[in-house]
Amino acid sequence: MTGRPAPSLPGGSSSSANLADILERVLDKGIVIAGDIRVDLLDIELLTIRLRLVVASVDKAREMGIDWWESDPSLSSGARRRALDAENARLRSRIAELEAHDGEARDGRARDGDTRDGLEELEGAERRGPGEP
Amino acid sequence: MNRDRTELLYAYAVLRDTGAAGDGPGTVTGATGVAGEPVRAVREGGLVVLVGSVPAAEFDEEGLRERLEDLAWLEHVARGHQRVVDAASAGAPCVLPLRLATVYRDEAGVRRMLTARHTAFGAALDRLEGRAEWGVKIHTVAEGAAEAPAATPPPPPPLPGPRSRARPRAPRAATSGRDYLRQRAAERQAREEEWRHVDEAARGIHAALATLAEETRLYPPQNPRFTGHPGRNVLNAAYLVPRERGPAFTAAVAGLAGRAPQDGLRVELTGPWAPYSFVAGEPSREPAHDTGTA
Repeated sequence: MTGRPAPSLPGGSSSSANLADILERVLDKGIVIAGDIRVDLLDIELLTIRLRLVVASVDKAREMGIDWWESDPSLSSGARRRALDAENARLRSRIAELEAHDGEARDGRARDGDTRDGLEELEGAERRGPGEP
Repeated sequence: MNRDRTELLYAYAVLRDTGAAGDGPGTVTGATGVAGEPVRAVREGGLVVLVGSVPAAEFDEEGLRERLEDLAWLEHVARGHQRVVDAASAGAPCVLPLRLATVYRDEAGVRRMLTARHTAFGAALDRLEGRAEWGVKIHTVAEGAAEAPAATPPPPPPLPGPRSRARPRAPRAATSGRDYLRQRAAERQAREEEWRHVDEAARGIHAALATLAEETRLYPPQNPRFTGHPGRNVLNAAYLVPRERGPAFTAAVAGLAGRAPQDGLRVELTGPWAPYSFVAGEPSREPAHDTGTA
């Protein structure tokens, strides 16, 4: 390790890089040559996509009890279904809540015309909110 | 197809043959490879490929296909690959890292590859000589208003938000539907403002660092669920920096990192790396060679 510029920040060395940092480079970058042994590049591309979700360390994932490919909606139909179920339940309870508020709001409408604007804003917020990664 | 072979050659990196990499068999970089094997040089036409003998059972088509899905194995191999490239970079003006799992049957195959791609390698070595890659990631600091996924419906928690940007808002316990909606709208507005602010600050940091770099590459953000950082990864970038400018670059990162908390950000530096992200700098040329030698 001679002749390398010493990093001046704590943690500023590639040996302290997390697994994601390393995989981003060794899987995704570097010179791509087909060797004598052909690994289906599609396999690796797919792997690379999965590794977008990548793990700081394998131990950490295990600690968290995560089968990470199975719990990501974009990779597993089971997870997609669970995500939809959760979304569904959430929407149901929101509808119930809005129906409750709606009664209140109707009472108040005679007094001011504010509620409609409020609802539109809420819809905007809802469209934006839950979809964010 | 080569089940009879018990060992294959794993190729790590290409560099110029300066004679410094030692002669014949024996360790070259001092670092062991992906299978714990010593790393040696295969030379041809003024170029060197660093290779190591690895078990065919793990690194032939079938072995790789099975094992690439095994994260523990992949981590082990990725770190071994990086270790060799890192060690080689310490003693050479330029190292071109190969992608993980570039495997040959024998030295003849490695030599053929070197010969076929001689010109392209030479050009890449010229272009990248004396340069290193630095990685910079920017995360939002914990609070995570930005990624709180309004999952539980009633009534939403008050937005933490950056202290300095807090604005007066309706009392937190919504007493009527209208109050509730107003509160939601105010929160959304505050959240958007925070995003905008964070985004601007991150762009500013990237722009400042880019002035010290010859080239930059942007990676997709890393997923906060697994990186161990509660915050959102708002920048994940690589910078190609001449080695003599390395200290200036790291000092600049340190300076920006020191100021970043004011913007609710944390800056993280990795490197120096071999120029992984920049070897394919001339994409129009590289792939053409790939298919030609395949």
